Amino acid sequence: MKDSFSPNMQRRAWMSVLAKAPEGRVAALLDTMGARPDFTWLRAPEIGSAMVRGRAGATGGAFNLGEVTVTRCALSLPSGEVGHAYIKGRRKACAEAAALVDGLMQTAQAEAVQTHIIDPLEAEQQAARAARAAKAAATKVDFFTMVRGED
Amino acid sequence: MYVAVKGGERAIESAHAWLAEERRGDLNIAELSVAQIREQLSLAVDRVMAEGSLYDPDLAALAIKQSRGDLIEAIFLIRAYRTTLPRFGATEPIDTGAMACDRRISATFKDLPGGQVLGPTFDYTHRLLDFKLAADGDAPEAPMREAEIGEVPHVTEFLNREGLIEEAPHDTAEPPDLTRAPLELPANRALRLQALSRADEGFTLGLAYSTQRGYARNHAFVGELRIGSVPVEMDIPELGFALEIGEVTLTECETVNQFMGSKTEPPQFTRGYGLVFGQSERKAISMALVDRALRWEELGEDNQGAPAQDTEFVLYHADNIQATGFLEHIKLPHYVDFQAELELVRKLRAEADAGHVQEAAE
Repeated sequence: MKDSFSPNMQRRAWMSVLAKAPEGRVAALLDTMGARPDFTWLRAPEIGSAMVRGRAGATGGAFNLGEVTVTRCALSLPSGEVGHAYIKGRRKACAEAAALVDGLMQTAQAEAVQTHIIDPLEAEQQAARAARAAKAAATKVDFFTMVRGED
Repeated sequence: MYVAVKGGERAIESAHAWLAEERRGDLNIAELSVAQIREQLSLAVDRVMAEGSLYDPDLAALAIKQSRGDLIEAIFLIRAYRTTLPRFGATEPIDTGAMACDRRISATFKDLPGGQVLGPTFDYTHRLLDFKLAADGDAPEAPMREAEIGEVPHVTEFLNREGLIEEAPHDTAEPPDLTRAPLELPANRALRLQALSRADEGFTLGLAYSTQRGYARNHAFVGELRIGSVPVEMDIPELGFALEIGEVTLTECETVNQFMGSKTEPPQFTRGYGLVFGQSERKAISMALVDRALRWEELGEDNQGAPAQDTEFVLYHADNIQATGFLEHIKLPHYVDFQAELELVRKLRAEADAGHVQEAAE
């Protein structure tokens, strides 16, 4: 897919990884990289909701399923980059850490941030998914037919 | 007649203080934490999220603690909290085909791509009380097996290939939202699905059961039931693209229903749909059956006068917060209303007695 190389698609990918990280994990990894950079709030962390939609019959017309809590914020780094966060749940500290990482990913530090924060998060998420999939696979039914006695 | 409207404050305060004490229970027993409820009573948490219509396991667990386990009271707390939240927008419609399935079964096809995956189910348990749970036990561990990589397609796709089942074509219409505009009839399918997804589980189950017993029978098979997590994608205007804001666990049920054909449609299978927050398959199956029953008009079926076919009856009585609000208000002071009734009955009685006396005299 050509799109996956566009800057927006790359940013979309890391922001999604940050949003799906467990409580406190982004902050913990960020703090392993030394002191946090200064920043100014463009939008202080704010809790709201998003209406989750489904489709009738999985593929048909959209309908409103129910809401989910969401925390969002935006900040700017001294060098001017703007970091955003939109994450499920009521998690202001997580949103702040995610927005900082999003900002840093647009600076010269991107490579280090990728190595120290995004890659480990992605690996952890993949491992968690694989563990769950393996438990599901163990409950998969293997049908067999008894061979009957007659010829 | 004048009725005192003040004077209850001290009694109310004391009642609430006693409620708090009763909620805590015996102080010799460790207090429940919200995290314990979230992790260990997760199906109660799921029900509160589904009917509270707000996905947030921590809040649902808190509501369950606050309500002493009264789930309708907990749902009420969640609904009330929900109204305080600013709405940032709507997500992209969930793609349940991309679900990481914990459970996926079909009652219509034995062998199907992705297989029959039972997941963490109560099915096939003996329903015998497990006294081991009453004692502190070791942490149980689930077995693992290498998972196959690959899509888990929806069962209805197989039937679609043969043209034997009605299609659910994509549609870009903006769905109505009953949290923003009052529920009015006629209600299109999108509005009905929203109402059913947050409807009381017991009411939905009862209605679904009535269709199985013959009140608007439509002979449903569970074509597919799946439970698992799906990414939630939301378009962020200030960024100019959509991103995943997290994952939610959903239960989806697609029924395949017998259909003999009607004036407008050829004989084919038709579909009912259920989609619910959390792991909640009783609710999802019930929702699919009731959805299918309510579709009689668009499929050109006869109105049998069954409760499950009556959109107004179903949608206006399915919400347990509306229902409990109206039901429970009758326990609140109605002193003035009742005085009026009392006066009326006394007057009628006096008139009736006077009439008897007159008749007897004649």
